[in-house]
Amino acid sequence: MSALFQPSVLGFLGQGLLTTIYIAAASIILSLVFGTIFGILRFKGRFYGNLAAIYIEAVRNTPLLLFILAFRFMTPLPPLQAGIAAMSVFTTAVIAEIVRGGLKSIPNGQWEAAAAQGFSAFQILRYIVLPQALHNVLPPLMSQCTSLIKDTSFVWAVGIEDLTGKGMIIMGRYGTTEQVFTLFAMIAAVYFIINYTLSCCARRLHAQMSNN
Amino acid sequence: MPGPFALFKWEAVLRDWQVFAEGFGMTILVAILALALALVLGILFGMMGTAHSKPLRLLNRIYVEFIQNTPLVIQIFFLYNGLPYAGIMMPVFWVGMLGIGVYHGAYVAEVVRAGILSIPKGQFEAAYAQGFSYWPAMRFVILPQAKRLAYPPLTNLAVNLIKNTSVMAMVAGGDLMYHADSWASSNLYYGPAYIITGLLYLALCFPLATYAKYLERRLEVSS
Repeated sequence: MSALFQPSVLGFLGQGLLTTIYIAAASIILSLVFGTIFGILRFKGRFYGNLAAIYIEAVRNTPLLLFILAFRFMTPLPPLQAGIAAMSVFTTAVIAEIVRGGLKSIPNGQWEAAAAQGFSAFQILRYIVLPQALHNVLPPLMSQCTSLIKDTSFVWAVGIEDLTGKGMIIMGRYGTTEQVFTLFAMIAAVYFIINYTLSCCARRLHAQMSNN
Repeated sequence: MPGPFALFKWEAVLRDWQVFAEGFGMTILVAILALALALVLGILFGMMGTAHSKPLRLLNRIYVEFIQNTPLVIQIFFLYNGLPYAGIMMPVFWVGMLGIGVYHGAYVAEVVRAGILSIPKGQFEAAYAQGFSYWPAMRFVILPQAKRLAYPPLTNLAVNLIKNTSVMAMVAGGDLMYHADSWASSNLYYGPAYIITGLLYLALCFPLATYAKYLERRLEVSS
């Protein structure tokens, strides 16, 4: 039991946690950018809108693990970058749908009023519609963050040593029942604390917004 | 050097179609059983979440929060690698079914709870006034109405559940993803294997996702 709580073991797990956070943060940023672009395209575009729709539907209906394997084995990217690319491609499609939902929630009058003021289509989107749309969908975006953080654990399938991976490696070394269960509890607790904090924030935000 | 999608690699996939078919069957079977388990758990815990008794509501919160805020992969690893240390050995099929069912049960519970809470209190009171007790009121008055609101998100959950059965590949579960991965890494014909696998998942999920969208639109129109 106490063997688990030495600095070397905790440091090893800490490295895994940093990898998890790095993958999650990089994928979130990439998917927010591309998800917004694809969401707008699907909402507004004709030809590109259809392309975006095909991409979104194809990705949303296939498992994340497929993308992780495909990026790892079919692209020359180094493992960590392949993991981030796969997570981003997957989450982009989900975020695009959330953003599109947000855009749909903005009444047409906003577009018309802005156009009457002489705004161009791009300006309307940039200064009027998108800020409101993104604000409206903040709660689902945050719960998507929770999902993404949980889903980073899939990258262990291709040997990227995230928190899950490091935990499993340690488990190979400390094999008593007590140690294995403590280890599982520790890893689960770390994920739980991160995600519970996030989902509490999302819930509070949601409650605040529905009160206004 | 042949490309990643060379013709002979496609021929190899077609020749070994049984490998993929076997995995596909396993994926469907696990998905159906896990979905049934998730629905049972979800309805049970969802009703607990709306109960008067505090301990029941607390139980609902613990189940939902713990399951929703920890990764499915960890839960599956716990069933597969952890439980044997406590003397509980399950075949990997059971690990997949239980793990995936319990995980999505937490999401179903939230949908069911939200569905029940959306029904005005007056419905319960009216049912009580008609002589219904709690269970029959739930069964005949509340749940049928909550169902309408819960169907679209439940259908989306089913799509997620099917996609998440792929987690079994991480514990050699014999599902579609596992077979595709092990087939591809034995002969390095990744391209066609992954495309076929993706199409098979798409064939399961896309109709369901489209149906969910249709249900959502119908609900929007009617309300």
